[in-house]
Amino acid sequence: MDIFLQQIINGVVLGSIYALVALGYTMVYGILGLINFAHGEVVMVGALVAYTVMTALLPTGLPPVLLALLALLVAAPVCMALAWIIERYAYRPLRHAPKLAPLISAIGVSILLQNLAMMIWGRSYHAFPDILPPLHYDIGGAQITLLQVVTILLAAGTMAALAWLIQRTAMGQAMRATAENPAIAALMGVPVNRIITLTFVIGAALAALAGLMVGANYSVAHYYMGFMLGLKAFTAAVLGGIGNITGAMLGGLLLGLIESLGGGYIEDLTGGFLGSNYQDIFAFLVLISVLVFRPGGLMGERVSERA
Amino acid sequence: MLEVRDLHLHYGGIQAVKGISFSVGQGELVALIGANGAGKTSTLKALARMLPQATGRVHLNPVDGPAIDLMRLPAHELVTHGVALVPEGRGVFARQTVLENLKLGAFRVQDRHLVQQRLDELLERLPRLKERASQLAGTLSGGEQQMLAIARALMSAPKLLLLDEPSMGLAPIMVDRIFELITAARDSGVSILLVEQNARLALKVSHRAYVLESGRITLTGNSADLLQDDRVKAAYLGETVC
Ligand SMILES: Nc1ncnc2c1ncn2[C@@H]1O[C@H](COP(=O)(O)OP(=O)(O)OP(=O)(O)O)[C@@H](O)[C@H]1O
Ligand SMILES: [Mg+2]
Repeated sequence: MDIFLQQIINGVVLGSIYALVALGYTMVYGILGLINFAHGEVVMVGALVAYTVMTALLPTGLPPVLLALLALLVAAPVCMALAWIIERYAYRPLRHAPKLAPLISAIGVSILLQNLAMMIWGRSYHAFPDILPPLHYDIGGAQITLLQVVTILLAAGTMAALAWLIQRTAMGQAMRATAENPAIAALMGVPVNRIITLTFVIGAALAALAGLMVGANYSVAHYYMGFMLGLKAFTAAVLGGIGNITGAMLGGLLLGLIESLGGGYIEDLTGGFLGSNYQDIFAFLVLISVLVFRPGGLMGERVSERA
Repeated sequence: MLEVRDLHLHYGGIQAVKGISFSVGQGELVALIGANGAGKTSTLKALARMLPQATGRVHLNPVDGPAIDLMRLPAHELVTHGVALVPEGRGVFARQTVLENLKLGAFRVQDRHLVQQRLDELLERLPRLKERASQLAGTLSGGEQQMLAIARALMSAPKLLLLDEPSMGLAPIMVDRIFELITAARDSGVSILLVEQNARLALKVSHRAYVLESGRITLTGNSADLLQDDRVKAAYLGETVC
């Protein structure tokens, strides 16, 4: 078995999920300059709602793929509504307050959601049912499961659709304009508040999908999962250059690979001193390094702006 | 076309506009001149609803419809009533292409053919922009950006065009180009409120003018007369009066 190739495959799967979540951070940051620390919790809610829907429908005997689809059809609107509420009541009133205020509000929302989730779903880890038959393919001495293939393709397709929306549609152009200068965008007739809401809601839809993917691939969901996942995805967004859409996709993928390869080799690297359960180290090494050496991230500051 | 009564505006404790009244007639080009900090930009921003703290009565009286109370509209609805502002410092979207900037000017126009038609027309008139259509607006020269900002406003086919110092920081040749655009808009019947520090130029192209000093209108009249006025000459035209 080829460990290197295997870790690449695992890394791409993990990275695709990070990328989906990182997009939510980066889009909101791009438009409001706000780090929406509650975003990880939205992923968590997505995963747990998906879990609930699937286990509730399991006795119906419907094919698992259909269950997953139904789970997403419920989880996505729930997350979107949640994001709408968060933006409307936790952030909008603080739009013109000092930067620290919405940040504290974000952390407050985050804690609130964790506690609500704990009350609803308890403290235990919830195991997801198998969504796809446990098929796998051999490539070059490594294995890729059907679930992994579907995860990668679905994430890639979703991101392509998002890129199309942002780059090619009038609505996407309005989002970019709002991100660049909301006051001028309003002069053009862009309903800025609605665009901001839309940005949160789209990010939440991606979060719901990511939540389902986490549950399906790592078969666990619990009330606290949003914290670490959110932090990692935020790291991915910073790595790519926060505010930059392509950067978030790239940063997510890269972080997934770094973590996966790092986790795969950490035992060899440290002579057995640290095991693969220390793989989280890499995300934070990346975060610190980026912040110290290249705060703009990989894709940051590429466009020259003249006065 | 535009009726402003007793417009007040303050920033915190600073009173920037102290109860001014003025009007712009249908098809008229009216200049608003004044020194730095007189309150010109503040006035335009208030009219464009970018400063919610402004108070006063601002009405739009289109020939073909009922009067509209601008102070009741959110900023993003103004353009649908035919009001467009070309802001100080141009305000083009640097990270979007020239073409995208222009299209955004017609963001609220539903009819795609109409948008395309206006686009073709403007690009035909402005070859400099046409050549650079797919370039990012941030890479244009200052003059080209100003041209783009005005063209973008024209994409909404405004009835009232508010211009904030379109000549600022431009070489004379570019100023001429920009003013050709403005006078063409004037001649096609667009009502225009022009804020300028270049008073001579503003008075030459406008029908009437107001002089703003520390948030108050101190002088008003026909532009031709103001060009001969000793006070204006001394304060804004840089001429020594014997
Ligand atoms: N955002 C703001 N906060 C506080 N004070 C402001 C603000 N904007 C403008 N002012 C003040 O209001 C007054 C009028 O400013 P304004 O920008 O309207 O002047 P202006 O006539 O456009 O000047 P210029 O010719 O330099 O553009 C000035 O004293 C300015 O300092
Ligand atoms: Mg000004």
